[in-house]
Amino acid sequence: MSFWKRFARNRQAVLGMIILALVILMAIFASAFYPDDPFRLAGKPLSPPGTSGFLLGSDSLGRDVASGIAHGAKTSIMIGLVATVAAVFIGVIFGALSGYYGGKIDDGLMRVTEMFQTIPSFVFAILLVAIMKPSIESIVIAITVVSWPGVARLVRGEFLALKNREFVQACHTLGMGDIQIMLREILPNCVSPIIVVGSLMVATAILIESGLAFLGLGDPNIMSWGFQIGAGRTMLRSAWWVCTFPGIAILVTVLAINLVGEGLNDALNPRLRERQ
Amino acid sequence: MSDTASNKLLDIQNLSILLPDGADRRYAVEDISIDLSPGETLCIVGESGSGKSLTARAVMGLLPGPKVRVGEGAINFLGEDTTKVTPERLRDIRGNEISMIFQEPMTALNPVMRIGDQIDEIFRFHVSMSAKERAARALQLLTDVNLPDPAGIMRAYPHELSGGQRQRAMIAMALALEPKILIADEPTTALDVTTQAQILKLIKDLQQQHHTGVLFITHDFGVVADIADRVAVMQYGKLVEMGTVHEVLNAPQHPYTKGLIAAIPKLKPRAAREQSKESVLSAHGVRKTFGSTGGFSFFGKKDRVVHAVNDVSIEVRRGETLGIVGESGSGKSTMARCLIRLMDIDDGEIYVGDQEISKLDRKHMRPHRRRLQMVFQDPFASLNPRIRVGQIIAQGPILQGVTKEEAYKRAKDLISIVGLEESAFDRFPHEFSGGQRQRIGIARALALEPDILIADEPVSALDVSIQAQILELLDKIRKQMNLSMVFITHDLRVAAQVCDRVAVMQYGKVVEIGPTAELFGDPQHDYTKALLAAIPGKDWQTEEVA
Repeated sequence: MSFWKRFARNRQAVLGMIILALVILMAIFASAFYPDDPFRLAGKPLSPPGTSGFLLGSDSLGRDVASGIAHGAKTSIMIGLVATVAAVFIGVIFGALSGYYGGKIDDGLMRVTEMFQTIPSFVFAILLVAIMKPSIESIVIAITVVSWPGVARLVRGEFLALKNREFVQACHTLGMGDIQIMLREILPNCVSPIIVVGSLMVATAILIESGLAFLGLGDPNIMSWGFQIGAGRTMLRSAWWVCTFPGIAILVTVLAINLVGEGLNDALNPRLRERQ
Repeated sequence: MSDTASNKLLDIQNLSILLPDGADRRYAVEDISIDLSPGETLCIVGESGSGKSLTARAVMGLLPGPKVRVGEGAINFLGEDTTKVTPERLRDIRGNEISMIFQEPMTALNPVMRIGDQIDEIFRFHVSMSAKERAARALQLLTDVNLPDPAGIMRAYPHELSGGQRQRAMIAMALALEPKILIADEPTTALDVTTQAQILKLIKDLQQQHHTGVLFITHDFGVVADIADRVAVMQYGKLVEMGTVHEVLNAPQHPYTKGLIAAIPKLKPRAAREQSKESVLSAHGVRKTFGSTGGFSFFGKKDRVVHAVNDVSIEVRRGETLGIVGESGSGKSTMARCLIRLMDIDDGEIYVGDQEISKLDRKHMRPHRRRLQMVFQDPFASLNPRIRVGQIIAQGPILQGVTKEEAYKRAKDLISIVGLEESAFDRFPHEFSGGQRQRIGIARALALEPDILIADEPVSALDVSIQAQILELLDKIRKQMNLSMVFITHDLRVAAQVCDRVAVMQYGKVVEIGPTAELFGDPQHDYTKALLAAIPGKDWQTEEVA
């Protein structure tokens, strides 16, 4: 059965995929719907949804909440993807080397990994951004730094299990080099779990970014969902819409990505496949 | 005993077991009728996927439901249909009146419970006895199955026992309540031959004492010959032949049975062949030890050092097949991996032709890799599932500097030499069966045109009919390419059929080495004698040969 067929059997995953596609479309066409800067003061402050020409209302400075959400989607998706790709890259290198070579190399690399894991990831991210001064690059770096150890551990486990398999031994008897064995023989066999973990990491990255922006550690020049919530939190009781809509955007996006991740897991995990 | 009232303990009538939709066939077991009398041993024989295990599980009500379930038919156990009784009654029957032993005793025993407690549990659930009586009964059971130091074993955890001891403990548990039927699902497959012989004898002895009906599932005709009264042969879920052991083994009627029996390697050493004097591979005084170093040894635990290979010297001449036989843990696989430099040896020398290879580093070893190639045991683990077959075979030559076109052409030739269709080139390994995969593994090894092929249990994961085909293929290519072979096996029948000379290994040492016919005809070492005596079904085949 093809991958897509297996994926489509999970209805929730398909729903997640549709929502995610809508969010991505929203991010792509944000400038088409709201060509103006989302920081622009567009009208009367604190207008409730549906009044003064604001679809989702305006905040205390008269910025359009809907425009902020559309442009914020761009930030969230971009940061989520870039940070995840970087974290997976670093994690795969660390995990592959330590799983494949074992011994002292493994000990050394894993102690480094554990050092990163012992610090609570969100606190660590705050610390990093605070040191580097808030900007989109520093946020991406902070998220990458706190999320690669998980990938490293996963990849290490896969490599440990696969390096003693007979097909890898057969490659040794053919005289294949280590790099080639790691890249061509072992890595393709652990792509599935990496994809699954990676997809869930995108969701975590979006949450961390929102959290940082909420605390005022976001890039001050870039609109983001966390920033909107942070800006509206003091008026939560008088102007509920300022926080609520960006909050729903985060909730829905993270949920959608998690559903897709689950679906990928079902479709790619060979053991579940056998059970059917 | 109720054999006066009815002479049938178990009467399975027209049983069909349904498979879930989308399986490769509709029924796992189709329209099977089998019966079992007290004190009788009925063997159900078949290759993998024949439905023999599911039949046994159906009797116990242990089908992996809800998708696999009994479709039609009845399983009459002393007048009761076990497919229709309530779950409570079924639980009562299990253990009390029908019990089962499994292939792998380690997974069937609870690893965190002492053996004594596990036996005790059975009594507590099924009969009312005082704790003291229960303990005495348990001790008696462990004594009955000939376990050494039964009191000590009562207190032991499963991992502290050997495979054979665990299987004895399992049998003790199965017989705890004196069941009327004992179902044994490949109980000796995971055991060494000498242990297997003891367990088979034990089952037979206990059966005679207790007049138990035994339903014995196996794929091994040697075991059948040793233990069965009657035999049922299954293929693709259907019963193809049933009769007494003598009828089925010596005068099979159905072509499938005939084929199966013909495929069993004969326990007749192959005729000696011309010997070349040229040595292609030799090992002198090879040692390899495994030990846990460092770790938590400062907590007072001593480092355990295992001498996996202990001062082994062998020589392989051109065109010769040297067999290395031994039981698990004898060091034969470690030796193979040392010879091919998958492992570094601690001491000794290994020569390929005139070249000493054991001290070469990886870079300098690379040019010599070509001359030594390996065929692995598990056809499902030895091929990379993500790489196409053609690529797998061509990889080696490309690494050794052959051009791509040339390597692919050679791969295509090899695919047809090992008897696969040309279309295999572009397919992935998972599209092939176990036997076909083993052919691909052989093609990969041959692609480098090696002088020496090291085969580590190449047929032990395969059904007997496939096994015969692979052995035939190996023999054919060895002749064609004048290959020398080191053939590692635990199966003396296979060794007798393919090897010119045989080395017997025990505890990491070669205890005896000699031409196959001499070694089988006149074994010198006690261990060799014990191994030969333990081969299942050897009497049956000597009769046949005579």
